[in-house]
Amino acid sequence: MTFEITVDGRPVPALPGQTVGAALHAAGIRAWRTTRFGGRPRGLFCGIGVCFDCLVSVNGGPVERACLTEARPGDQVTTS
Amino acid sequence: MTGPSPSPAIYDLAVVGGGPAGVAGALTAALRGLRVALVDSGARLGGQYFRHRGVPGEPPTEGFARFARQVRALTERAEVLTGRQVWAVTREDDGFTAHCLGGTAVRCRRLLIATGAHDRPLPFPGWDLPGVLTAGGAQALLKGQGVVAGDRVVVAGTGPFLLPVAAGLAAAGARIPGVYEANGGLGLARHPLLALGKAGEAARHLAAFARHRVPYRTRHAVVAAHGDRELEAVTVARLDRDWNVLDTRRVPCDTLATGYGFVPQIDLGVQLGCATRPDADGTPVLRADAAQRTTVPGVWAAGEPTGVGGRHLSELEGRIAGLSAAADHDDGPGPPELLLRRRARQRAFAAALLAAYPVKDGWRGWLRDDTLVCRCEEVPLARIREARDLGATDARSVKLLSRAGMGWCQGRICGHPVACLAGGDPAAPRRPIAQPVTLAALAELTLEEPHD
Repeated sequence: MTFEITVDGRPVPALPGQTVGAALHAAGIRAWRTTRFGGRPRGLFCGIGVCFDCLVSVNGGPVERACLTEARPGDQVTTS
Repeated sequence: MTGPSPSPAIYDLAVVGGGPAGVAGALTAALRGLRVALVDSGARLGGQYFRHRGVPGEPPTEGFARFARQVRALTERAEVLTGRQVWAVTREDDGFTAHCLGGTAVRCRRLLIATGAHDRPLPFPGWDLPGVLTAGGAQALLKGQGVVAGDRVVVAGTGPFLLPVAAGLAAAGARIPGVYEANGGLGLARHPLLALGKAGEAARHLAAFARHRVPYRTRHAVVAAHGDRELEAVTVARLDRDWNVLDTRRVPCDTLATGYGFVPQIDLGVQLGCATRPDADGTPVLRADAAQRTTVPGVWAAGEPTGVGGRHLSELEGRIAGLSAAADHDDGPGPPELLLRRRARQRAFAAALLAAYPVKDGWRGWLRDDTLVCRCEEVPLARIREARDLGATDARSVKLLSRAGMGWCQGRICGHPVACLAGGDPAAPRRPIAQPVTLAALAELTLEEPHD
């Protein structure tokens, strides 16, 4: 029942109901964004939609919190 | 999910938040015949406590069967709107409108705020390295997503929540180099009265630690995180009573789960003009009367937004709010004395917990000049010091001068530490105890198990 999404073109497995953030973290991808000023790496921190560290774009849409965004088969996730 | 009846133009009660408080409040009011809508941001109800995916072999959470029954009963009687984040509530002539991201608007005559709480992390050098998670984040990954946060997970912070987080991770196969409790730890469990409620739970977790060879250390904390682009190790310090560092050692790990209590989510209440009060630890919470009414007519609050107290207290407050809202609707009876007494007992316990696991000032000594305090705007301690040198003496002025708390999260993560650093004296707003309860009064309370 595992399906695939891509993150910056790289395939990442996900489970039904799983968030994009959880799928990335489970795949060992822990840093997927860098900060504006210091270029510091960021990934999941609060995991419940409060901190906004884990921002991604899904299928070219506006940035959203990876920890709240449910992964769908074939989703193309891009990071910044 | 939708209820059986067509949506009315205006609900008698709208509940924001589908954790133990919101579900209890919504169900209680619906059973009295009110037309109720419950709005929750999650894909499933349960909030931060009940995070079940409904997959085989899932470890049980205490109280989940009861909560699941409540949810089933609720969905038969009320409109349950999941996956909707309420971003604002506005006042109308005949009530309120809850506005959800994505466009849904819920009109209601009465509102119950049951929006829960989130972790309160403390800053320290390296706390923004990937691999550092809040304790609640690690728990959400495990219980809500089926993902073990890491292979070697250090758990650190203060409060009883660290215990189930560490026990859950250990049971799921993570190696736990240590659980570090900054306070004296289980002193509360030794209290003859308070022990009755929670000591059994704590003892179970500690037995699990022994089984998995997990060291549990009190008066210890993680005071720095190290790694190039991801976490590779933490500095663990032995602390004195005020959390000043006595000595340190390095502990290799790939993940840290950390939390120093919780911050209630009171935004909607504050938007509506509900008065706040400082909780026992100084955190602002919504002021609520004996019937869980806020200071704004038509607005009730239950659970963590009126003071952090866990799921039992949340459920009781939700039921009381639901009954009070129902009485407002049908002029019938309000919450019975029995519920109010149970709530008093749970609140006394919650206040004692907050008192047993305070955040001590010494954490400020863990920071260096270049330690980020605000993660979003990347504001280091030095810039907050500059703001203070320019004359800022409160969190608001510090924010305006340093931009701390002005980023994406709007100070939800750094608000408490910035307030402490800005005021210079974080003890100032703190009340000795939020609920005026003495141990003698505690001893007079009837002890009883929650009924199903």
